[in-house]
Amino acid sequence: MNASHTPRIDVMRSQLGRARGLGSGKAGVDHWWLERMSAVALVPLSGWFVLQVLRLAGAEQQDVVEWGGKPANASMLLALMVLTFYHMQLGLQVIIDDYVHGKAHLPASLLLKGAALLIGLFAVVAVLKLALAPSTKAGA
Amino acid sequence: MVEFSLPKNSTIGKGRTFPAAPGAKNVKPFRIYRWSPDDGANPVVDTYELDLDKIGPMVLDALIHIKNNVDTTLTFRRSCREGICGSCAMNIDGENTLACLKPIKDVQNAVSIYPLPHMPVVKDLVPDLNGAYAQLRSIEPWLKSDTAPPPDSERRQSIEEREKLDGMWECILCFCCSTSCPSYWWNGDRYLGPATLLAAYRWIADSRDEHTGDRLDALEDPLKLYACRTIMNCTQTCPKGLNPAKAIARIKELQLERKV
Repeated sequence: MNASHTPRIDVMRSQLGRARGLGSGKAGVDHWWLERMSAVALVPLSGWFVLQVLRLAGAEQQDVVEWGGKPANASMLLALMVLTFYHMQLGLQVIIDDYVHGKAHLPASLLLKGAALLIGLFAVVAVLKLALAPSTKAGA
Repeated sequence: MVEFSLPKNSTIGKGRTFPAAPGAKNVKPFRIYRWSPDDGANPVVDTYELDLDKIGPMVLDALIHIKNNVDTTLTFRRSCREGICGSCAMNIDGENTLACLKPIKDVQNAVSIYPLPHMPVVKDLVPDLNGAYAQLRSIEPWLKSDTAPPPDSERRQSIEEREKLDGMWECILCFCCSTSCPSYWWNGDRYLGPATLLAAYRWIADSRDEHTGDRLDALEDPLKLYACRTIMNCTQTCPKGLNPAKAIARIKELQLERKV
């Protein structure tokens, strides 16, 4: 055995000190619970959406606009969009927490939140545009 | 970032083969991970061909036979050889378990034996569990009560209160569960792991303990507790048949219960 085999020790902090670390982050309950609740809420919302799309398959554009213009349909669509992208952000954050460590963690989290927010806003604006579009029937 | 391949100094080479004695009829190969800190070399897998007619039924019997009769340099931990001390926890045939409780005949073909996964290796089959022991200590696994015990007796529990500890007091701290958990592999520096969380819940569920809230406070953390993704490897692998995943789920329920 020679000196070149002796590993350099760069952490001398006690194991207990390392295990206690920075203490409790006093967070995690809401993320865990909302991830599950949004998943549960998305089951009926997604089912409703699939049924509606099947029903509207092959319909004329004005029929779809009329369908989307009804407050009940528009509300359901908005709920679906908001919850989908919120749930997506919560779920992907878990993957980042698992696999991205160190300095890359914060930028990756911010990138995810920004992307989820923008795509979600895009979907919401699209639903609003449909919901607030002037009825083509009245003008015809 | 997560590492998908072993670091260069951990890649495993081909080791030596120790053939069985000529004339042996019931031969089974044991492929065992070998690494020593003394020579600076990479780990290898040595093959020991053993005559099963000459050794006991359990994998630990085979390891003891090798150490006594074939290769005295083989290093492993063992003590009670009956599943109570938790010393001989290792990865056998791809599953974490106790060598003393694992029958050789349960393994088809060659018996592969590695140290508990993703822990630093001290030598051969001996993992460095100091980090895991410190995590256990960090949850303060002892009774904390501000009420003095009765002067003439022990602290009393009803039968129902005592039953809540069943399925937890039996843990022997072999850390088979924690080292089988991918969340513990990726975030073991902060995630406490199923063994320590089972111990934490053992004290949260104890009717005599008066620091339940403090214990929940200490666990309320995105990684210490919530890095559990309910993968369930812990419950699958526990050689004592315990259910750490259920204990973790109960802690999560209590964290929620005190919020609403």
